[in-house]
Amino acid sequence: MAYDYDKYLRPGKLPHIWCPGCGHGIVMKGLIRAIDTCGLEKDNTAIVSGIGCASRLPGYVDFNTLHTAHGRAAAFATGVKMARPDMNVIVVGGDGDGTAIGGNHFIHACRRNINLTYVIMNNMIYGMTGGQFSPCTPTGAKASTTPYGNPDPTFDISKLAIGAGATFVARTTAFHATQIDKLIAEGIKHKGMAIIEVLDDCPTTYGRRNKFRSVVDMMKRLKEIAVPVAAAAKMTAEQLEGKILTGVLYKEDKPEYCEQYAQVIAKAQGA
Amino acid sequence: MAKKVALMQGNEACAHGAVYAGANFFGGYPITPSTEVAEVLSNELPKTGGKFIQMEDEIGAMASVIGASLCGAKALTATSGPGVSLKQELIGYACIAEVPCVIINVMRGGPSTGMPTGPGQSDVQQAKWGTHGDHATIALVPASCQEIFSETVRAFNLAEKYRMPVQVLYDEIVGHMRERIEFPEPGELEVIDRAKPSVGPEKYKPYDTSFGDVPPLAAFGSGYRFHVTGLNKAQDGFPTTKAEYVDAEERRQVRKVEGEVARADIEKYEEYLTDDAEVLIFAYGSTSRSARYAVNELRKEGIKVGLFRPITLWPFPEKRIAALGKKVKGIVVPELNLGQMNLEVERVVQGSCPVLHLGRVDGDPMNPGQIMDKVKEVK
Repeated sequence: MAYDYDKYLRPGKLPHIWCPGCGHGIVMKGLIRAIDTCGLEKDNTAIVSGIGCASRLPGYVDFNTLHTAHGRAAAFATGVKMARPDMNVIVVGGDGDGTAIGGNHFIHACRRNINLTYVIMNNMIYGMTGGQFSPCTPTGAKASTTPYGNPDPTFDISKLAIGAGATFVARTTAFHATQIDKLIAEGIKHKGMAIIEVLDDCPTTYGRRNKFRSVVDMMKRLKEIAVPVAAAAKMTAEQLEGKILTGVLYKEDKPEYCEQYAQVIAKAQGA
Repeated sequence: MAKKVALMQGNEACAHGAVYAGANFFGGYPITPSTEVAEVLSNELPKTGGKFIQMEDEIGAMASVIGASLCGAKALTATSGPGVSLKQELIGYACIAEVPCVIINVMRGGPSTGMPTGPGQSDVQQAKWGTHGDHATIALVPASCQEIFSETVRAFNLAEKYRMPVQVLYDEIVGHMRERIEFPEPGELEVIDRAKPSVGPEKYKPYDTSFGDVPPLAAFGSGYRFHVTGLNKAQDGFPTTKAEYVDAEERRQVRKVEGEVARADIEKYEEYLTDDAEVLIFAYGSTSRSARYAVNELRKEGIKVGLFRPITLWPFPEKRIAALGKKVKGIVVPELNLGQMNLEVERVVQGSCPVLHLGRVDGDPMNPGQIMDKVKEVK
């Protein structure tokens, strides 16, 4: 099915800043398809981001858009959602933005189970500043600040989100383009904090330093390491070594934060 | 009808002032000595459908306030000491993105954790220079519980009118002191709401200067879809690095506060016995109350001394201080810090009279006797 992307793109704001081969554009198109599928009104939808390559996405799309400070997207979005619980609030950003400098806001937004849809593009690197290691850079990998290989262990963003209390957690990759919109749409429909982690590629600052000869090689890797949850259930631990699970990893119905606060208001007003 | 009166703490008065101003969003984080502002608002705001959220940290609190304000809410936060330091990042964001909000700073000593339960006035220069980059500042410094109420209302008015963060700074002494408060009737104090766009969504630009130095701000979700960023931006709100846009926007954002007309609207001070004064005391907050006592005692001794008490600290009342500096033999600046506003007074009087600083940072209030001794040092 052909989507009318132009309906959601701001005229005159392209080309985007992303490098050739970067997966962020794939994710942006997936997000647009998901929004279209869910029938969200542009006037009633806010898209909030932090700082970084992925966080430049809101500038290109025609909604109420808020490009905030590094790491703070989830906290700004919490204020937006609290003030206007009737609005659809979508957060986008990268792995460094969301889980390093924004880690505290990320886990607490998950804990509150506030009705946000957070699309986190995990390209395992700080791309915009030239390729420094992030909390998601694989141990041993080369980054501009790990010339001898990365000594740090990594975050598993989806596990972090589940542990922190998010009630919808899904993962896919930039290779699995059609799955991106399906999972984001499911996240939008979910009442509560929805995290959609999209494993992404940064050929410019990660691929070149880590022996990926081309963007195609990076995409192939994303294809190879992804194992759908259902398939993984039939695989041994050995077979799952080095793989990542994709699909809906966790889903639970729990009270949503703004609804909980509506009860606070009712109590304060003597209901 | 008799007015409602209450014996009330400064922090409580602040919270009630915010409610009077129409505040409907508070995002905060617990910190001494400002916590009572949050406690009272957690109780009061939901009564009128407002929202209170205790965020995960100080930065998150400031972020939530800006997010709510962009949806049209009248939003505030309250903090102290290290909390103010943490908020600087996003105070800068509110400056450049021009988002109305109020930051209550109940001042304690420092640096770092310092003495959380003691008073200080050491954030007064931080209020002006704390966040990085060039920007204008509005900071108010009330000195009594009644004034905390009314200045909190005025802080919201200025935030809405000038579309920017406004800081209210008062020291722990005023914040925790209990005094009689008369509650103004609705309508008695002016309450200003931000200007709404006069053009339709298709023509709206969030930084359109054809309406003057303060462009109207639409609310998210009101049919006006626009972009907000912390990057330097053009009038349409989108990022730009073009020199002419960046320069014009930066200058406008300072001019909207420091221009002649705006200054006259924002500046506020009180003078006590300055007409014939030979020595001037420049004091604000709790220190101004000790100073007033000192003025009365010194007058009994026949010393002609007067008090200048800024209520708006930033923008600084340059013209009036410069004029007074030419009239008096010296200016004494008592403060609960080791020298901050005396620097601004010195800058403004340009050597026309000596400026003597009296600093106290031991956690006790400024003693009127100390001020009297300092005044007597002026030759």
